[in-house]
Amino acid sequence: MKEHKIVVIGGGPAGMAAAVAAYDRGVTDVVILDREPGLGGILQQCIHNGFGLHKLGQELTGPEYAAVYARKVAERNIPVFYETTVTALSPDRVVTAQNRDGILKIKAEAVILAMGCRERSRGALNISGSRCAGIYSAGTAQKLINCAGYMVGRRVVILGSGDIGLIMARRMSLEGAKVEAVCELMPYSGGLMRNIVQCLHDFDIPLYLSTTVAQIHGNGRLEGVTIAQVDEKRQIIEETRRFIPCDTLLLSVGLIPENELTRGAGIPMDPVTNGALVDDSCQTMVPGIYACGNVLQVHDLVDYVSDEAERAGIGAAERILNGDNTAETAKTEAGFGVRYVIPQTLHRDGRDVPLFLRVSRPFGKVRFTVRQGDEVLVSVKRLKAAPGEMEKITVPGEKLSKAQGVITVELEELA
Amino acid sequence: MKYDVAIIGAGVTGSMVARELSKYRLSVCLLEKENDVACGASKANSGIIHGGFDPEPGTLKARLNTEGVELLFAAAKELNVPCIRNGSLVCAFGGEEEPMVQVLYDRGIQNGTPDMRILTGDEARELEPNLSEAVTKALYVPTAGIICPYELTVAAAGSAMDNGAALLRNFKVSSITPEEDGYAIAAEDGRTVTAGRIVNCAGGFSDKVANMVGDGGFSIIPRAGEYLLLDKTEGSRVKHTIFQIPTKAGKGILVTPTVDGNLLTGPTAAQVATPESRDTTPEGMELVQRLAAKSVPSVDFRQVITSFAGVRSSVSGGDFIIEKSRKAPGVVHAAAIDSPGLTCCVAIAGYVVQLLRETGLPLEKKQDWNGRREDPHAFRKMNDEEKDAFIKCHPDYGKIVCRCETVSEGEIRAAIRRNPGAADVDGVKRRTRSGMGRCQGGFCGPQVMKLISEELGIPMEQVTKNGGDSYMLTGKAGEAK
Repeated sequence: MKEHKIVVIGGGPAGMAAAVAAYDRGVTDVVILDREPGLGGILQQCIHNGFGLHKLGQELTGPEYAAVYARKVAERNIPVFYETTVTALSPDRVVTAQNRDGILKIKAEAVILAMGCRERSRGALNISGSRCAGIYSAGTAQKLINCAGYMVGRRVVILGSGDIGLIMARRMSLEGAKVEAVCELMPYSGGLMRNIVQCLHDFDIPLYLSTTVAQIHGNGRLEGVTIAQVDEKRQIIEETRRFIPCDTLLLSVGLIPENELTRGAGIPMDPVTNGALVDDSCQTMVPGIYACGNVLQVHDLVDYVSDEAERAGIGAAERILNGDNTAETAKTEAGFGVRYVIPQTLHRDGRDVPLFLRVSRPFGKVRFTVRQGDEVLVSVKRLKAAPGEMEKITVPGEKLSKAQGVITVELEELA
Repeated sequence: MKYDVAIIGAGVTGSMVARELSKYRLSVCLLEKENDVACGASKANSGIIHGGFDPEPGTLKARLNTEGVELLFAAAKELNVPCIRNGSLVCAFGGEEEPMVQVLYDRGIQNGTPDMRILTGDEARELEPNLSEAVTKALYVPTAGIICPYELTVAAAGSAMDNGAALLRNFKVSSITPEEDGYAIAAEDGRTVTAGRIVNCAGGFSDKVANMVGDGGFSIIPRAGEYLLLDKTEGSRVKHTIFQIPTKAGKGILVTPTVDGNLLTGPTAAQVATPESRDTTPEGMELVQRLAAKSVPSVDFRQVITSFAGVRSSVSGGDFIIEKSRKAPGVVHAAAIDSPGLTCCVAIAGYVVQLLRETGLPLEKKQDWNGRREDPHAFRKMNDEEKDAFIKCHPDYGKIVCRCETVSEGEIRAAIRRNPGAADVDGVKRRTRSGMGRCQGGFCGPQVMKLISEELGIPMEQVTKNGGDSYMLTGKAGEAK
């Protein structure tokens, strides 16, 4: 069995940033394991721009953003095992992986989980009809087009208005396909507003809200879909059924953190985020195992993935250098209008702690309040809030060190 | 090429008949209208080895079921097909249904089903803790089991091919013409095969094939059954196969683990237009959930990873039709093979060969017949040390392609190469489980397509999901005008 101080599972944006941050904090024995032949993860197929505005102060494509971090990894000579798939993780931090050379076992002082997420499939939606060819998750289609160089179809309906679905609506249009419709089950889109404008409005692609795909038609290849509006209970309104001929259905119906290894190691999970329960250094409840990026919570912006991963890398390095953080802790909880808060536990060690959260539905003007009992720690206003846009609220360390009890994040609607 | 025997239909019945015939000095061909074996009822059914208490005593079904259980377990072992003797429970909910348990028990005794026991509701819940509180009585059948039906079909056809049988794919039989000493069998695409004898294992189309040789005695009533398949996180919800009291429509909605560790619920029973009407319906999926929850209330249907429908080939009489043609000498029908056809497949094959012998087919055993088939999942079952050693000799097995089911490139290439080779994405999926996990092929799909393209030497645009016009790609990117 090999030994390393830190093993990072996954070489996407989270894994790269975590490895670099841990190295720079003083633990240089870091290795990255990745299943792909190169670093970057899903960024490699995201050839559109919009990456790096917050973090790097410039607008890059996905591969460009990945290259910035890949260079940092290379400059530090951080070893990367490519085409290496981790098949098991034990709670005492033994990582089992395999590649063309054989089975690899590494005992680590810290493991950083950065496996990313996967797309929900048709099966999870129970769409009735045939099981023909031409139904892709949006990310799979994106990979085939952008990385393999093949078109998946000519006449397209997209179900789900998450960011990948919106990006693919534009991508398919640019490649000469006709995007007939983007259907969204909810009465609002889960994607970023800038994507709705740039990917749909600019290409005259209709977005049908409260609408779903009711039936899939086709024997060999997809021949069309029946779409229909849904009521408040998301039940199909029969008289609104409408057939749209198409040869391709793209599904962009949600992302699920890929936590099979995490569960296998017995790490406690948050049923709302589908990620691990973590503290303010991204440490899970199993000491020495950290989680960051989309395996912890599905992010909208890669910039925030990098930030989160840096906290995980620094946390892992500091634990190795200084031992456990023994400061007192406090739990967080989601109050009115808030779906979840990360981290679920934080240390009251005097340092500022950023809280990340999503709201439960779209709101207009709101005030977020972070309170502990009756004491208000932070209060911030937003002109609007939507589930598709993650909120970040930083709680000052000096307030935290004095506070007692559970920390609640809630919102109130302002007139 | 003139064959001694042509078998029409490479479902589980046809493939088992081919394997049985491959034991003898005969030339045998399997004619399959699809791009792969196991594309009809054999790929979409409950995967149950039935105990034998259900068929009406005295029927072919009763005889072949009782005979077939142990024959199938033995064949599965030889073919290295996953099967588990997990036992089944037929549950009665309250006083009205309770007498049926005794009726089934008595029928089982008459049919020769061994070791059955009648349990109280509490005894049943002791065996199966997640069973509904509403179950008041149950028939326990410990000899029943579960098996992977498409892997069985692939293995049977592969074993037949390894022993000399031919498989002709995409061979849609359009006519059968008597010739001297046999028949000319023509396909829609113009190919013709001649054979001394014909076995009709055409499933949903067995009535059409019977008509082609002048037998008009039966017509297939296609009845669809819809299923919901759940993630492995739900796979241990039950250990036994949980049935409800059967009705005329079928054996009711069951809840069962699969050999791969998933949970399967279904099937419904609804008459459909054609044997290929395999659409799922909102009503069907709702019914499966409701009735499965009646047996096992704690099933978490948020963990559904896919839904599908299979079509039974039933007839009004209810029994299998396995007989020599009344009109055409040398033709044997194995038709109307609905439940418990999977359980009976080896017994049916034996019976068909007996009928062929009665037509005068000379059956001389081969000395070199080898009925064993290497385990396609041997790699999956190795421990880390064994895997390490194996990868050192076969590096392709180190590269994981399907991350949900941990399937390697080596296993996928082997599935495309060995008899009967996978020729499309679904074929790879049925043989390796690549794409069968929770992401349903989202990640591995493009890689599987590339491996098929490489192994078969075809362009990516010609790779299909399941043959025919089920193409996956429409051309190259970057060619938009």
